[in-house]
Amino acid sequence: MGPHAVHCKMSRSAATLAAVLLGLLACHTASAQFELVGSWAAHNNEFLTGDGLPVDFTGVPLNDEGRTRALSYSESQLSMVERQCQGWPAFYMVQGPFGLKIWSQTDPVKGNIISYTIGAWEDRAPMTIWMDGRPHPSQYALHTRGGFTTGRWEGNTLVAYTTHMKAGFLRKTGAPSSDEATLTTRFYRHGDILTVLAIIEDPVYLTEPWLLSRSFELSPTALSPIGPPCVTTYESNVGDTAPHYDPEKNPFVDEMTTKYGVPRDAAIGKPETLYPEYRKKISPAPAGR
Amino acid sequence: MRVLLIVALITAPTLAAQNRGAAPTAKAAATADLTGYWVSLITEDWRFRMITPRKGDYQAVPMTDQARKIADAWDPAADEAAGNQCKAYGAGALMRMAARFHITWQDDNTLRVDSDAGTQSRLFHFTSSPAGERTWQGNSAAQWQRPDSLKVVTTNLRAGYLRKNGVPYSENAVVTEYFDLAPLPGGGQALLVTTIVDDPQFLRQTFIVSSQFKKEADGSKWDPTPCTAK
Repeated sequence: MGPHAVHCKMSRSAATLAAVLLGLLACHTASAQFELVGSWAAHNNEFLTGDGLPVDFTGVPLNDEGRTRALSYSESQLSMVERQCQGWPAFYMVQGPFGLKIWSQTDPVKGNIISYTIGAWEDRAPMTIWMDGRPHPSQYALHTRGGFTTGRWEGNTLVAYTTHMKAGFLRKTGAPSSDEATLTTRFYRHGDILTVLAIIEDPVYLTEPWLLSRSFELSPTALSPIGPPCVTTYESNVGDTAPHYDPEKNPFVDEMTTKYGVPRDAAIGKPETLYPEYRKKISPAPAGR
Repeated sequence: MRVLLIVALITAPTLAAQNRGAAPTAKAAATADLTGYWVSLITEDWRFRMITPRKGDYQAVPMTDQARKIADAWDPAADEAAGNQCKAYGAGALMRMAARFHITWQDDNTLRVDSDAGTQSRLFHFTSSPAGERTWQGNSAAQWQRPDSLKVVTTNLRAGYLRKNGVPYSENAVVTEYFDLAPLPGGGQALLVTTIVDDPQFLRQTFIVSSQFKKEADGSKWDPTPCTAK
């Protein structure tokens, strides 16, 4: 064995050792990422659906156009096949009352996770979070109810980004979302608690990002996703126009005020009502009503 | 020689981190900067947080029968007369308030959270502290749990309200909180606080809410107001 052969052997050893050490470091990094797969039961201690009354847009920072469309909505639109599923966007995951059933797809050779899927539930479409670095499609590509989602780990937080959602609703009662809306979802795990933060941006109907969050608890029993999501059905012929209200004459606009003492500006989603200083504009209600 | 060099290059950061591992204080060990002014974003549960809900409006709280009786007998005037106007501003509910919060380091091992609503102060102790008598804010033990996250467990509370309309938690309640940061689109920062209340006396199951806050540049909108029971 000549000097050159010895040198080559040493180089191979060094390379092998380096590869092993880098692999160990990679494993260490990967171990900082939590296990997302499993059944996560909803606790429902927050009322996020906001669908108790026809005009409850409290907490939604609507712009004027969004508010006008929201107030024009009539639930009779649910009779129209093409509109029956518009109330269940991707972010209904943090609004609806259901838990999350999450599974992953693993590369059989490399062992890395290709995607996570959050299963459909009732009317909510499934969300597949692609973890393999694929790009989002062209802006002209098909928009679907669940949209297109990619994900990445930021330290110990899974961050998912959703585009290509069909125009629909921010809230089931008609606050609109456009097909330009995007959703950033951050998953934080603390022991058996999974907290999901949704940041919804919509340049067409919102004045600022809309933040919602919800927590789930790891379930010892398996949750079974219920699907297929939102199957449309013919209910009746509603005529040639979409049922709607004149936004300035929506008959339900004061129900939140009458039933709960919520000021009209808050009920119709004026952005300033999201901040504590708005409390100064609220007339004090009789105590102990 | 080359092997040793590669090993040294790869392991050096880890060894350096281990040498730094014995951080002398919680402030020095902090991996997330929670300090600053934060405003609550009332995007959820608006009618329970921005106004005092009507008596009997306690949707989504898993109350025991005993808790329901207490809530149904809620009398804010009696609370004020008894000096209990801060009952809804205790650690079990404070972070759910429509309020601004100022987070600072009181000392190297104590993080302080002040609220303008109710002018409350919470102290998160990273080292053990004597329990003392029960207070609205109780005793909070804090620890950095992982990068970017803070865990706080609060006990030794005075009995308080989860919501202003008399939904009770007992003095034996345990409040566990997680503080997480998130970047906001277009710049800025959000704080997410997950609050978990365990109280077998008044809750049939664990009560969990998560609240969002947005960081503000300064305290120009800080508006201290006293507790009110109404």
